[in-house]
Amino acid sequence: MTTLYEEIRPEPHGGIPVRRVTITVNGEKRVAEVEPRLLLAHLLRQGFKLTGTHTGCDTTNCGACTVLVDGVPAKSCTMLAVQADGHEVMTVEGLASASELHPIQEGFKDEHGLQCGFCTPGMMLTAKALLDENPDPTEDEVRWALSGNLCRCTGYQNIVKSVLWAAAKMRPAAAADQDGS
Amino acid sequence: MSVPTTQRPTGTETATGRLGDITLLPDGIPKVTGDFAYSSDLWMDDMLWGVTLRSPHPRARVRSIDIGAALATAGVTAVLTHEDVPGSKYYGLEIADQPVLAVDEVRYTGEPVAIVAADHPETARRAAAKIVVDYEVLDPITDSRAAMSPDSPLVHATPTQDHYPGGGNILRHVRIRRGDPTLTADVVVTGEYDVGMQDQAFLGPESGLAVPAEDGGVDLFIATQWLHVDQRQVAESLGLPEDKVRLSLAGVGGAFGAREDVSMQIHACLLALRTNKPIKMVYSREESFYGHVHRHPATMRYEHGANRDGTLVYVKCEVVLDGGAYASSSPAVVSNAASFAVGPYNCDNVLIDGYILYTNNPPCGAMRGFGAVQVCFGHESQMDKLAAALGIDPVELRIHNAMAEGSLMPTGQVVEGAAPVAELLRRVKDAPLPAAAPTDSYDLRALPGGVSNTTHGEGVRRGVGYAVGFKNVGYSEGFDDFSTARVRLEVVGGELVATVHTAAAEVGQGLITVMAQIARTELGVEQVINQPADTSIGTAGSTSASRQTYCTGGAVQAACEAVRDGILAMASARGLSVEGAALRDGKIVAADGAAVASVADLLGEEIVEETREFHHRPTEPLTRDLGAPGDIGQGAAHLQFAFAAHRVVADVDVELGLVRLVEVTTAQDVGKALNPLSVVGQIQGGTTQGIGLALMEEIQVKDGKIRNPSFTDYLIPTILDTPPMQVQVLELGDPHAPYGLRGVGEPPTISSTPAVVSALRAATGRPLTRVPVRPEHITGT
Repeated sequence: MTTLYEEIRPEPHGGIPVRRVTITVNGEKRVAEVEPRLLLAHLLRQGFKLTGTHTGCDTTNCGACTVLVDGVPAKSCTMLAVQADGHEVMTVEGLASASELHPIQEGFKDEHGLQCGFCTPGMMLTAKALLDENPDPTEDEVRWALSGNLCRCTGYQNIVKSVLWAAAKMRPAAAADQDGS
Repeated sequence: MSVPTTQRPTGTETATGRLGDITLLPDGIPKVTGDFAYSSDLWMDDMLWGVTLRSPHPRARVRSIDIGAALATAGVTAVLTHEDVPGSKYYGLEIADQPVLAVDEVRYTGEPVAIVAADHPETARRAAAKIVVDYEVLDPITDSRAAMSPDSPLVHATPTQDHYPGGGNILRHVRIRRGDPTLTADVVVTGEYDVGMQDQAFLGPESGLAVPAEDGGVDLFIATQWLHVDQRQVAESLGLPEDKVRLSLAGVGGAFGAREDVSMQIHACLLALRTNKPIKMVYSREESFYGHVHRHPATMRYEHGANRDGTLVYVKCEVVLDGGAYASSSPAVVSNAASFAVGPYNCDNVLIDGYILYTNNPPCGAMRGFGAVQVCFGHESQMDKLAAALGIDPVELRIHNAMAEGSLMPTGQVVEGAAPVAELLRRVKDAPLPAAAPTDSYDLRALPGGVSNTTHGEGVRRGVGYAVGFKNVGYSEGFDDFSTARVRLEVVGGELVATVHTAAAEVGQGLITVMAQIARTELGVEQVINQPADTSIGTAGSTSASRQTYCTGGAVQAACEAVRDGILAMASARGLSVEGAALRDGKIVAADGAAVASVADLLGEEIVEETREFHHRPTEPLTRDLGAPGDIGQGAAHLQFAFAAHRVVADVDVELGLVRLVEVTTAQDVGKALNPLSVVGQIQGGTTQGIGLALMEEIQVKDGKIRNPSFTDYLIPTILDTPPMQVQVLELGDPHAPYGLRGVGEPPTISSTPAVVSALRAATGRPLTRVPVRPEHITGT
């Protein structure tokens, strides 16, 4: 496992003490010196240059900044970086493997589940948490799971289709894994 | 030129699909991997951060500005005020009445007063807070009808420019008179209707990166709807020739009209030139509410007269739009509101007055639907009321009066091409209705109020409502509306490749997909590269007015035809017979279908490249002879009309005023669906924004101040607020338009709002004369 060291610049003249945090981001252990008040979204975007995590509202409403913390969706604009210390964070950059897109990514692309795409990373990560827990959701269950993520372009119809498409694609794989175990 | 490290060309990936095929977005892959660089993602290692100090008052004189303490802050590189604007201190889309930075007066809460550059955004914000502005606070002018009075104080004491008939605070008064509106009718209904201020609420806030260039100019990477209109305004305020202000489109996180006006463009460039460093500016959501124009709030008074059989005898309408502090695109918005005030109905006797006012409220301008949205709520509410008064089914009343091909607009313009108003209404009416509300199930999620457990079905009534609306496509009233495209055909690595270059802004709607589809179809080539949009090519016009597929699509088509003619000329020069030939599957194909030659073989090392402009058919200004008798406000002002109808089924808790939409059905004529996937996506998304206006979206302005500048308090529809939709697409080609297409983006936003309210009226029996509808309007308490 690679260890990267990223120093997030302390407040220029504030004299606020920094904390060292170790966070596993998309499978890589990363260490950063951060102010205790630094938001996880800012650490990801400006510290680690993982700009696929978008900030749309700053107030936990839109969900564009959603990441998975130990597999659970969290709005990274309302979580401190220090709260992620010792935890595993997955961002949109961690969804695809080296060679292929994750089925949820394929679903959003092929079912036209995005237009401007700004909400898409948060939508996909929330959907991943749903499908990890419930591989065969109903349309209603998809809607309830995504009710904390706003989209302004699509009217959501194709987002539901995208997630159901991904669920269908992932199910045989899940079933095969179970058979094999 | 320096290029930001995270700037990646957007949309250069290839996809497949010809015109009419279901075609995936070429930028779909970077958008799902997180690689797509939105304007807020741009980064340069030596960049500084710019922030804006804004006025806390809606109206005040600026006595002095002291920047000393701010400038002395460690880490701060520049603090600029109006004195530092080297060129024009005012800018604007149509009328340059808006200060780049406040000069001697602020006219709305949130008006930019000073800008700061520092090495960290927090340092810049703290420094901005140290700027001391001495304001003499004045009473704001916030009621648009009161602002019409000749006794009202003026928002602009000396209007910088006023080329519209108006006067005082009236920025423009559009009068339309045709026929004899003094006639009497069997049945007369009157109504007053209000529309609240809606926000575009794109998810990616205003942002951009300005990079100073060695030639004394500046390169701006920006999320916008129209690169060249930004370029003009930035250059004028910087006092630079336009070729020294070069713009490139950065990734755009939605637009919907909110990116037509300049926000941080001039500010970032001013700071970049002053500091000689790249400047990044990113608005917060709160600042975004102050940083762009909104949909005009409207108050409307209507009077409809009809015969007993339902035939409209006359329609009178007065619509007053609150333009806020600066002109933006308001003159065009009020023209639209007046043009479409009657709705898509035949009526020979009309009297329409559209007013747009300067006030000290937040400036309003373009938003999807552009003036047609407000009046559609008015005329459709009136049609429901008239139907009730006549005892006629509301859909039948609409069909009875429906505009058709050859009908006359209130402006006297003949509606050319398909105008399938009756057909659209019949389609949504005939679509199967959803199952009745369950009476024996207590699944809270299916009830208004949801898991708040507010009802188990008692007090819940179902209503079904209808509405139809229409709007112009393209710029109107004589504007020379055009786009430019360059298309290159060459052989790269043995493969035929077409490259399409325009300055058209892809904002998520899928234009780059359509441009590639056109090139594939016209040139018979598989691989098409969309070159990133920038100002190194001529203007494409705005990504607005549902015009980009029409105008830029038309330009790409024209450039492709020129390239094809070049290829055929090469073939002809080599003795091949190419009479009536076309390009297909990489070959020149003769009229009889025989392959004449391989295009790649013919080209060899040569490149064929052509640039073409596409100007849409000219339109006319409305007649404005206010003094003369007879019909006025007349003229063929519009290029093309686009129509849509909606049916909404809603469950309403009439005791608590809570609403759950069950289903939306919509039908729209798109002329020709170039990419069916994008067409349906636009219709679904546009419909949802109309639902938002009907039920929840309103910027609350009190005493000239926005009280809800956040997504906590300004609500847009979630996935649970948005019901399943049935979409019917008609393709009744327009013979005047490229490929017969009709603009798609706006019509769904226009009629969905009144259809929702119509359903609520059916469920509650209440008049519901304003949107958004609030619970107390439903309960009548």
